[in-house]
Amino acid sequence: MEYLRAFLTGGILCVIGQVLIDKTKLAPARILVLFVVSGVVLTALGLYEPIVRFGGAGATVPLTGFGYALANGVLKGVREHGFLGVFTGGVTATAAGIAAAVFFGYLIALIFKPGDKS
Amino acid sequence: MAQRVGRYTIRLDNPPAVKGYASIVGKKEGDGPLARYFDKINDDTTFGEKTWEKAESRMQKDTLNLALRKAAITPETVDVIFAGDLLNQCISSSFGLREFDIPFAGLFGACSTMAESLIMASVFVEGGFANVAAAVTSSHFCSAERQYRLPLEYGGQRPQSSQWTVTGAGAVILSHDGEGPFMRELTVGKIVDLGIKDSNNMGAAMAPAAADTLQSYFSDTGSRPEDFDLILTGDLGQVGSDLLHTLLQKEGISLGKKQNDCGLLIYDREKQDVHSGASGCGCSASVLCSKIFGDMRAGRLQNILFMATGALLSPLSVQQGESIPSVAHLLHITARL
Repeated sequence: MEYLRAFLTGGILCVIGQVLIDKTKLAPARILVLFVVSGVVLTALGLYEPIVRFGGAGATVPLTGFGYALANGVLKGVREHGFLGVFTGGVTATAAGIAAAVFFGYLIALIFKPGDKS
Repeated sequence: MAQRVGRYTIRLDNPPAVKGYASIVGKKEGDGPLARYFDKINDDTTFGEKTWEKAESRMQKDTLNLALRKAAITPETVDVIFAGDLLNQCISSSFGLREFDIPFAGLFGACSTMAESLIMASVFVEGGFANVAAAVTSSHFCSAERQYRLPLEYGGQRPQSSQWTVTGAGAVILSHDGEGPFMRELTVGKIVDLGIKDSNNMGAAMAPAAADTLQSYFSDTGSRPEDFDLILTGDLGQVGSDLLHTLLQKEGISLGKKQNDCGLLIYDREKQDVHSGASGCGCSASVLCSKIFGDMRAGRLQNILFMATGALLSPLSVQQGESIPSVAHLLHITARL
């Protein structure tokens, strides 16, 4: 049941992205930013927490989940370090994700070469 | 001597002839319906090179070499070469052709480059400024994606109206002693911009330029679409071709079934998932320098209009929200004198 909920939540988020690609003229990079910002805003409004409780990784792994982690990191940073936390909290909370993206991106670039699409 | 006919058209009284031509394409083009007409299909689209840009230069160099060989001449006898491509500063041409030691004039006409370079080469040969002139162009899917959209590494999705950049090159050698086909009339197009901003829908942006040039040619020469075996545009794709018919219909010109588009000929659109058709300098170049010239030499086509269209945008102008200026250049080509 937990898997099904995660699948449904993640799936719906991806469907929204696909519809935006197919039906609007938004560039992929804009959709990416839109998802992260939406995650931040929904978390700030307290709307994303219930989605995470329902969908688990289905809500935290997609890009909106990155926004969710950023927003929560800022809240935690402010609690622990006061005003400075506004600037440090977000990146601290997402540091693992960012470092992993850079590391694995580099690793994959070393191993593979991009091929023609045909 | 050449003479001007009407406002925009040039008639060549002593029409330059195609002495040799060649086309080299990549794997996807080799899987398409025109496969048997190309001189060479390279299944490895790197062409044995380290970067996509080098691959494109290599393809252009190989294509010119092949055209020279088919014309049975050496590079030293070529007086001038007109070439261009899609990459910044036209590096595919300048890097690909640097070893030939032939006087070089680089051109940028985006996907209209085959027609633009052929027009320049024709004028040089007809005017006696060159005994032998070459027109060359190329495009490569992978280098064009990096230039205009995103590097392949990004792995993004493509919208339905987008066209697929052809991996291919074409080269034509013109002189007075060739076996043909012959360049009879030329119309250099005007820049037309109706304010279309969607760089994924270039067919629609280029159709008004195509309509404008065709209209100029018909009114200058008094000819009509029925006079030709084929009116070959490149590369309007499906969206742009439909729009061209509509625009000309409004002016009382009916293209009927005479018009076909290089962007629709080169791939099987159902099976090859290329959305609105093909584009790129190499598209009209490789179609013209394979099936079309082949059919003309074999007598299956006698009298055609070849009009290549170009979207004169840059990645920067797209990012700054500018519309897409377009141009279309036309040549009237006949199989015999």
